[in-house]
Amino acid sequence: MKRKDTPEEAAFRSEARSWLDANAELRRGEGDWSNGPRVHTHEAEAEYFDRCRTWQRTKFDGGWACIAWPRKYGGRGGSAAQEIIYAQEEAAFDVTSGFLPASISLMGPALMRHGNEAQRERFLTPLQRGDEVWCQLFSEPEAGSDLAALRTRAELVDGEFIVNGQKLWTTSAQFADYGFLLARSNPDVPKHAGISFLLVDMSDPGVDVRPLPTCKGDRHFNEVFFTDVRIPVSNVVGEIDGGWAVAKTTLANESMAIGSGRRGRDTTAALVRFARDRGRWSDPLTRQRVATAYTQERVLGFLQDKLQQALLDGRSPDVDGSVMKVLWSETRSLKAEIGLDIQGAEGLLFGGDAFDRGFWQELVLDRPMGSIGGGTHEVHRNGIGERALGLPREPRVDREVAFRDLKTSMDGGTSK
Amino acid sequence: MSFALSSEQEEFRDTLRRFFAESSPSTEVRRLMDTDRGFDDGVWKQMAEEIGLQGVVIPEASGGQGLSFAELALALGEMGRVLHPSPFLGSVVLAGRAVAHAASEAERSELLPAIAAGELATLAIAEPDVGRWDARGISLEATPAGDGVRLSGSKSFVLDGHTAARLLVVARTPGSRGEEGIGLYLVEGNATGLSRSRLDTLDATRRLARVELDAVEARPLGDPGNAWPALEHALCEASVALCAEMLGGMEHVLETSVEYARTRHQFGRAIGSFQAVKHMCADLLIGLEGARAAVDVAVDAVVENDPELPLLASIARAHCNEAYYRAARDNIQIHGGLGATYEFDAHLYLRRAKSSQQILGDTSFHRELIATELDRATA
Repeated sequence: MKRKDTPEEAAFRSEARSWLDANAELRRGEGDWSNGPRVHTHEAEAEYFDRCRTWQRTKFDGGWACIAWPRKYGGRGGSAAQEIIYAQEEAAFDVTSGFLPASISLMGPALMRHGNEAQRERFLTPLQRGDEVWCQLFSEPEAGSDLAALRTRAELVDGEFIVNGQKLWTTSAQFADYGFLLARSNPDVPKHAGISFLLVDMSDPGVDVRPLPTCKGDRHFNEVFFTDVRIPVSNVVGEIDGGWAVAKTTLANESMAIGSGRRGRDTTAALVRFARDRGRWSDPLTRQRVATAYTQERVLGFLQDKLQQALLDGRSPDVDGSVMKVLWSETRSLKAEIGLDIQGAEGLLFGGDAFDRGFWQELVLDRPMGSIGGGTHEVHRNGIGERALGLPREPRVDREVAFRDLKTSMDGGTSK
Repeated sequence: MSFALSSEQEEFRDTLRRFFAESSPSTEVRRLMDTDRGFDDGVWKQMAEEIGLQGVVIPEASGGQGLSFAELALALGEMGRVLHPSPFLGSVVLAGRAVAHAASEAERSELLPAIAAGELATLAIAEPDVGRWDARGISLEATPAGDGVRLSGSKSFVLDGHTAARLLVVARTPGSRGEEGIGLYLVEGNATGLSRSRLDTLDATRRLARVELDAVEARPLGDPGNAWPALEHALCEASVALCAEMLGGMEHVLETSVEYARTRHQFGRAIGSFQAVKHMCADLLIGLEGARAAVDVAVDAVVENDPELPLLASIARAHCNEAYYRAARDNIQIHGGLGATYEFDAHLYLRRAKSSQQILGDTSFHRELIATELDRATA
């Protein structure tokens, strides 16, 4: 089963391992430095964010931040296989870059593929090092699954865009120096054809970031309001009105990144220990349910191994990213539900009064992170049906119509 | 193999796909469903003599091809696609692997060439009413008599038990309990005191029989009384083989569903454009992708003699059992009224999928094995 490294891969693995040995500690489990904050105050989140940034800098300075990126853009000029090998080694160490790698992997390819030389020169290195932190300004109150329905206006006046509108679900906007923004630059053409991809300075006084706590209580999402924010035309990535193509580059990476990310293999072990402590592990129903969750978790792990294998062998991934995303999210939520059910009446409690400070309770409330965040299950199932199985799309009424003539929920909610 | 086939394996699979498409079209499957033996002797002979399928994992010295379990899994996948009816699972997989693991070297070189040549053998393990494929489910006793052993009792759910030329019967020494005292015994099909009767089956493409033994003369194989670990290994391999067969069926069922959803029009559009149908198909693909990976991993575990095999085999069973049944069930749903007719093949796959869930340990049996494994891992 275990694929053997080639001699070059083995040499790379040992180089990575030596560097990690010299720069990090091994994971111990409970109380690891790399764990996220358990208390959701701004201070705790900020402290965690600083840890993430510190590790990202260490990694970049050591030459391990963006292994597969070209050297001329500050990468290591390595391969996708090397990136996996490094990640396999790093997984044993008590380190984290939090959400930084996600924003780097969304923003980097978009700039490399669609940006101009000046933009790459200016932004790529500080992006990789975590010196400049980026947030993704895509979703809006009226543009969720239907992202291209976005309404934030970007009006071109005297060589600069004036931006007004509201974004939603912006991860870590409170820590971000810059944002990449999708805005409506032309409402007189069909909706996909009038969007521009803009780089915005988050310190602009017209940018107002307000936390949007999730139902679970954490504060990494925000609402971002724009009031007459001026963005020079030199900050347009790709063509004016051609931002949808750039957005697609970033979105394509997203679901695969979510579903094929690091596994939580020991969560089931935690579930078993917890069931045992609560005297529920001899209950056949609990055993059956835990075994079901473990089966799903292992099957997801096999698929992750399969994808890695394809990358290591230089083949293109043969499992659709949406399959990974849905399976990952369903497995996570199944384990959460079992963890809460095991508690019986104790499951009524929360926070300090609950077992494990309400770990399982929070995980139940966190289900939308998987089932809605990064694309709803429904959007991903459409994708699986259409992309992977070749089923026809639904007939659409919004393709040929100018954006300003489209019906929206604000027109009263019923369709014409 | 690790998630990818070699070019030889691809060629092997393609050859088999052509062979079974030609030899087991639906008309042929339906004809054989109504026969007593349930398979076509000519095709079975061709499989043995022209392709050497019955001997695919049997060593060359014993008249086989000496290929790996990966090729056996590919073969089963192709059979599963077309619901090929034959004694392959009982004779080659169950009896063949039981002999390979539990018999002595001399006995192997006597018995395996017969299996490779296409002579029918089967493994009789589960018993009436109890219906378990584990040591707990075995109460039939092997009583010493003179130089030999005599078996008395009943076995059931025996694959092709009414036609097999040889039966490998799992029995225990009198008074033994649990995994102790279990042995494998060879009974000839024409032995005195042996009576066998074919049972009506939910899946008419698979034959099951009940076997009654009344002081039947039997020959102990291997190390009688200590055979359980070897038999357990054989049963794990059989579960993996069954998953490989289910995988082939799943692939066929999803292809059928998607093809229909693309071409069937209602309300002026292809039904596959409706989310309700599209999402059903998407869920079937999610199940199928998981099954592919789980089977790959379990097959590798057999090939590499991985100590995690029992766990990986049960994981594969627990997943494939659910995924195949759901695929077969939803395939009927997607086909609407057409899917519910006797004439249309969808119900044959539903019958196969449901039966595959119940044999060699059902889903809850395998989940309990997984839970037991978790006990050990977290103790």
